Amino acid sequence: MRWFWIDRFTEFVSGKHAKAVKAVSLAEEAVDEYAPGATYLPASLLIEGTAQCGGLLVAQLSDFRNRTVLAKVGNVTFHQQAYPGSVVAFDVQITSVQPNGAFVSAQLTCNDKPLAELDLMFAFLTDDRFDDVTLFEPAALLRMCRLMRMFEVGKYEDGTPLKIPQYMLDAEKAELSV
Amino acid sequence: MPSNEEVFGKVQEALVDALGVEDDEVTPEATLVGDLGAESIDFLDIVFKLEKAFNITIPREELFPDDILATTTYIQDGKLNAEGLAKLKERMPFADLTKFESDPRVQDFGNLLTVQDLVNYVCTKVA
Repeated sequence: MRWFWIDRFTEFVSGKHAKAVKAVSLAEEAVDEYAPGATYLPASLLIEGTAQCGGLLVAQLSDFRNRTVLAKVGNVTFHQQAYPGSVVAFDVQITSVQPNGAFVSAQLTCNDKPLAELDLMFAFLTDDRFDDVTLFEPAALLRMCRLMRMFEVGKYEDGTPLKIPQYMLDAEKAELSV
Repeated sequence: MPSNEEVFGKVQEALVDALGVEDDEVTPEATLVGDLGAESIDFLDIVFKLEKAFNITIPREELFPDDILATTTYIQDGKLNAEGLAKLKERMPFADLTKFESDPRVQDFGNLLTVQDLVNYVCTKVA
């Protein structure tokens, strides 16, 4: 199973907000098997989707160099369940960026009706202890961002297109040349 | 300038929210780590919530003087020396360091801060 809980970004404004969508499908194991007989996308995976959307939004601020991990989930309210055949839309805004972490707020809708609200806190694993730790290989992370169409819709606040960091392009080139 | 009670109320709200504890657990004497179960990651959240609630900026080193506690010239046999204690007092005038001073083991520092210390600190920032 691939750990993608958003299908694609529809908006991505660096340092501000991101929007993404996910189509819920009966073909997904989690939808079919989480609660046999009752098919829906588990709330935990909606939180994970929000974390992927918000985590990439936050990580982009450091050109994906800060090791950004989900640290806390707060103020969660769910209004309904996301059944197969529905489309979940994620709307995530950065509320604060600090030297050692960041905060986002998110609103989710399902077929345009309120699905959930939540706040997430991300920590940056930037101190010396994590010097040897790589959370994502640059080429793999770039591939994921491309799959999610981040650079197709991504912009800076002034409207200019989001740039792919050179080190990621170099890693991708090196991988493709093997 | 908000009263001590108003500051306490907002600090209490921030701690209840950040740590998932009950209102009545957040007493002035409660220590953040020992009594309220705060872990290192929670401090980032607490600082964020206090900054938002009081519209203030909290430089990390004011509440968490890691630099002093990690400076070898201030530490002997795992304890903070007189010079280190003086630096700590200068940095954290809002904290009651009396108990810590009697046996200033660096490893015990993490469990020093109380809710009242946080309230005192915020009062210095909003004054």
